Amino acid sequence: MSTRLSRGGRLIDRSASQEFSFNGKKLRGLKGDTLAAALLANDQMLVGRSFKYHRPRGIVAAGPEEPNALVGMGRGARFEPNQRVTTTELFNGLEAQSQNHWPSLEFDVGVINNSLARFLPGGFYYKTFMYPRAAWKHLFEPIIRASAGLGKAPKDRDADRYEQAYAFCDVLVIGGGIAGLQAALVAGASGARVIVLEQTAHWGGRAPVDGDVIEGAPADAWVKSAVEALGKMENVTLRVRTMGAGVYDHGYVLAEEKIADHTPGDGRPKHRLWRIRAGRIVTATGAIERPLSFAGNDIPGVMLAASVRDYVVNFAVSPGDRTVVVTNNDDAYRTAIALKEAGLEVPAIIDARVSVTGDLPARARAMGIRIEAGRAIAKVKGGKRVTGVAICIQAGEGSVLEEIACDAVAMSGGWSPVVHLWSHCGGKLVWDTTHAHFRPDATKPPTNQDGQAMVIAVGNANGAMSAADALADAAKGGAAAAEATSFKAEVKAASATQVTEAPMEAVWIMPQGAGSALKAKMWLDYQNDVKVSDVQLAAREGYESVEHTKRYTTLGMATDQGKLSNINGLAILAQSLNEDIPQVGTTTFRPPYTPVTLGALAGESRGEIFQPLRKTPMHAWHEAQNAYMEPVGLWRRPYTFPRAGETHEQSVHREVNNTRTNLGLLDASTLGKIIVKGPDAGKFLDMLYTGVMSNLPVGKCRYGLMCNEQGFLSDDGVVARIDEETWLCHTTSGGADRIHAWMEDWLQCEWWDWKVYTANITEQLAQVAVVGPNARKLLEKLGGMDVSKETLPFMQWADGTLGGFPVRVYRISFSGELSYEIAVPASLGAAFWEALHKAGAEFGTMPYGTEALHIMRAEKGFIMIGDETDGTVIPQDLNLGWAISKKKADFLGKRGQERNYLASPDRWKLAGFETLDGSVVPDGSYIVAAGHNANGQGNTQGRVTSTYYSPTLKRGIAMGLIHGGLNRIGDVVEFNTVSGGTVKAKVVDPVFYDKDGAKQNV
Amino acid sequence: MSEVSALNHAKFDGFASIREIGPLGMITLRAKPDLPGLAEAIRAAVGTEVPATRRIVTNGDKAAGWMSPDEYLLILPYGETGAALAAIAAALKGQHYLAETVSDARAVFRIEGAKADQVLAKLSPVDFARLEPNELRRTRAAQVAAAFWKDEAGYTLVCFRSVASYMMGLLTHSAQNGSELV
Repeated sequence: MSTRLSRGGRLIDRSASQEFSFNGKKLRGLKGDTLAAALLANDQMLVGRSFKYHRPRGIVAAGPEEPNALVGMGRGARFEPNQRVTTTELFNGLEAQSQNHWPSLEFDVGVINNSLARFLPGGFYYKTFMYPRAAWKHLFEPIIRASAGLGKAPKDRDADRYEQAYAFCDVLVIGGGIAGLQAALVAGASGARVIVLEQTAHWGGRAPVDGDVIEGAPADAWVKSAVEALGKMENVTLRVRTMGAGVYDHGYVLAEEKIADHTPGDGRPKHRLWRIRAGRIVTATGAIERPLSFAGNDIPGVMLAASVRDYVVNFAVSPGDRTVVVTNNDDAYRTAIALKEAGLEVPAIIDARVSVTGDLPARARAMGIRIEAGRAIAKVKGGKRVTGVAICIQAGEGSVLEEIACDAVAMSGGWSPVVHLWSHCGGKLVWDTTHAHFRPDATKPPTNQDGQAMVIAVGNANGAMSAADALADAAKGGAAAAEATSFKAEVKAASATQVTEAPMEAVWIMPQGAGSALKAKMWLDYQNDVKVSDVQLAAREGYESVEHTKRYTTLGMATDQGKLSNINGLAILAQSLNEDIPQVGTTTFRPPYTPVTLGALAGESRGEIFQPLRKTPMHAWHEAQNAYMEPVGLWRRPYTFPRAGETHEQSVHREVNNTRTNLGLLDASTLGKIIVKGPDAGKFLDMLYTGVMSNLPVGKCRYGLMCNEQGFLSDDGVVARIDEETWLCHTTSGGADRIHAWMEDWLQCEWWDWKVYTANITEQLAQVAVVGPNARKLLEKLGGMDVSKETLPFMQWADGTLGGFPVRVYRISFSGELSYEIAVPASLGAAFWEALHKAGAEFGTMPYGTEALHIMRAEKGFIMIGDETDGTVIPQDLNLGWAISKKKADFLGKRGQERNYLASPDRWKLAGFETLDGSVVPDGSYIVAAGHNANGQGNTQGRVTSTYYSPTLKRGIAMGLIHGGLNRIGDVVEFNTVSGGTVKAKVVDPVFYDKDGAKQNV
Repeated sequence: MSEVSALNHAKFDGFASIREIGPLGMITLRAKPDLPGLAEAIRAAVGTEVPATRRIVTNGDKAAGWMSPDEYLLILPYGETGAALAAIAAALKGQHYLAETVSDARAVFRIEGAKADQVLAKLSPVDFARLEPNELRRTRAAQVAAAFWKDEAGYTLVCFRSVASYMMGLLTHSAQNGSELV
């Protein structure tokens, strides 16, 4: 039985009872409990099932290293899978469900896997791949999927809010134990800006539990005064519940603050992701205790020794009345002492070392605890709960000497510094034989942009394992961090009473000569069910690299990322390969240290502000008119304005017909508008465009093409000459920012001595295309300027007023109709748009969207960047040779277009297509050709680029690229279709409508 | 007919107050700092000195900000840009420069309150403790470009007009009561 003790518990408030539920069972805990402590206080040791064999799993640890005790928390919109009970603070109303069990936690059918263990050896995934393909798909995958899987995916939209925040400091201290506090005190006193992060809700780390004595008093007192002193420093920021997740280049650190995990629904953000730029990073991240590998070390009730005393001291929770301690070091004796002091029984301490000396064993002996030196656990007895241990000699093969009844086992295989953050950016490790662990190699730190050490590890995280050593090391590290950021620091450490500990002894298998039956019950990775025998099998099968072995066996690949299993696993691997541990090395440490919720990574980016949506001044009008919007870059543009009862196709056709016969209005505000000005502006534009822009007369417009250096068509648009030194370049809607950056790139990096300035004024102006036979009538009705053919002919522009609005009117047409594009200041855009609609009612005005725009331009044979071009098309392919100057010495793309492949007459070129049956060629179709290529694919001779039903011509029309281009006019070709078969089409001139331009030039 | 700001002066009150203001008169002036007549042009347009690198100089309801090594932002009442452009043209006659009105290309917000900086610290990678008075900070707010500067009462933030509602959403999200950083 695990239970609540009647006294003690430094973190709990016995007057504040809290109700929670586990698998629907109502339970009570205390304020200050972790969920793990509260579960144990209710004797709920069994919390889940393992991944592969569905073995019963209990709570092993008391911190973020916990591999087993993962639960689903909350419900509905606040459901979260894989929550670690050891780091979850209890709150009133908490609901938790165990995971990976079916049909119930107590009775699990998947446990049958347990007896099938020999069919699921290390690397079983890969081995199943080797069977016939059908076996994987029909046999293995369904079985594995049905029985595996930790946690359910949330189904509802997350009810919580998340955010991110930026912070800056000279010294970032990660870890709020005594080492972190000491480093912060020294760095803070220097005047440096310091941020201290602690992942739990409490300062002080392990020291108060371990009974450390600092400055002659229990560690608690020193921790309290240190936190108070830091709180008074204006240059120091303290944050609890904030986990340093990852260290990145240039002193960048991500940290996750759990603001409202313990107060769900209180309106605060649930988590906040901190993005911190630090001068120096001090990692005071402590150490993690290692399990010992003995048979049955995964049976619920077997726990880490230090975690056992965490539960006793912090929460007054005992894991059982009788706890056997098994160890290879002196530290575990603290657990025996703590249990004894709490009035609990310690039947024996099983110490693998032959000689047991040191202060702590002496104290344990004095308390009357039986110490068995040179002994080991042969196996743990029990199924869903420990009932006893069988004892043997460590040096032997596991012959049982004695069985000891107990209900918990506290194990300690030594301590591994938490080197994750040190390692994220390339900090190297050194193997410390004294403590049998990897610790940071101070001579090979991760370096910053100046080549200087960016991270300084201190305390346990640096291998300084006693309180006294940790404080001294942390003071030094804190000072070094402050000095490195140009502050004058004084190395002043608090003094802790030194406790003499005898050396530990590396023990990787218990007993050392254990046979295969025992090794098949020694768990390394509890969550992923990887055993000593699996790693040894991998080694036998030739997996010599630790990275390969990890993936082959899945060791350390679970949600705990091998915090308990990595060192033990690679020690087993090293042993199997007859190599030293440092030669085998570690797997790569990658962020985050513990899982960061996706909500925090997304931050504010969800819902309405998932991404910036660009809106024109008329956007609200479009939405009010029920426009169907489509994305164009980050803009949202009306695709069509359907009326009640209309399909989109019907409304698009209505818009086309109305524009061709009456009057259509298009919101063209998204069109890119870039001012280019200066004495060299003409020369500059002649380089940018394939045609000549320098000789464009003031007041006139000219269509132009831009290519990249390779010669491929990049953008197009109408250029207007504003004055002697000023041109206005229109770009495509999606291209404005890109073309502006392209211009600046050339001006800043290549032609920096040319006198040209640019300004992107796209958003300064709202622009409306007034299109159709009645266009002039509408403008004349508004009045204010002469828009007659004589004063304002095709391809000219003029400034003036219309209906009182200050306007610039361009006579340009993308539809083939009489058309004016009218620019007004954006803040008048909505008013102008509405004025046009009001005044235009008598002329049959209707708004039209992008689809009608596309159809009308296709009817006219106008190309569209992104339809007729795809980055592999040159203007010549589109019969646009007329827009390419033959006289200019150079322009961007000229040289590229001269390359033989692009200059070849063999290229696919633009033509029009009319289906023989009037149908519409499917989008994406290829024109089939005879025969097959080397890959056995049917040959092609072209492809469709734009294809529409033309409401004007009442038939399907298409533009496409075809071998031979316009020379093929009259041929009948076949386009393939999605459903198979082909559709026949005649090659025609791509200008389907008003080839002479009579309609636009009126 | 009257000019309307991008969001019709939308407001939100959380732990800081957010207001969309404007339209504000703005001119983008591109010129090298050593251009003869530049000081006279800026003085004529907004009555200030040429701003130093990363600074904004204010003069009542007018200001001049440094945007880049060859770009300045002139701020003035909305209706006065035409006259200012004329003054600039006069002062820089014959010189190589570009001046364009961009008042309508922008949305302008005020973020006010004792913790106004915390709203922005959630959106912009800016060290607010080191942001100097009269510093014009060009940066980003979440996914879009932004520029801001602070005065005694708070911050003025400028972004592109098309993303005004995105910006309002960001500021509203960040200023929610209960989400103060300290």
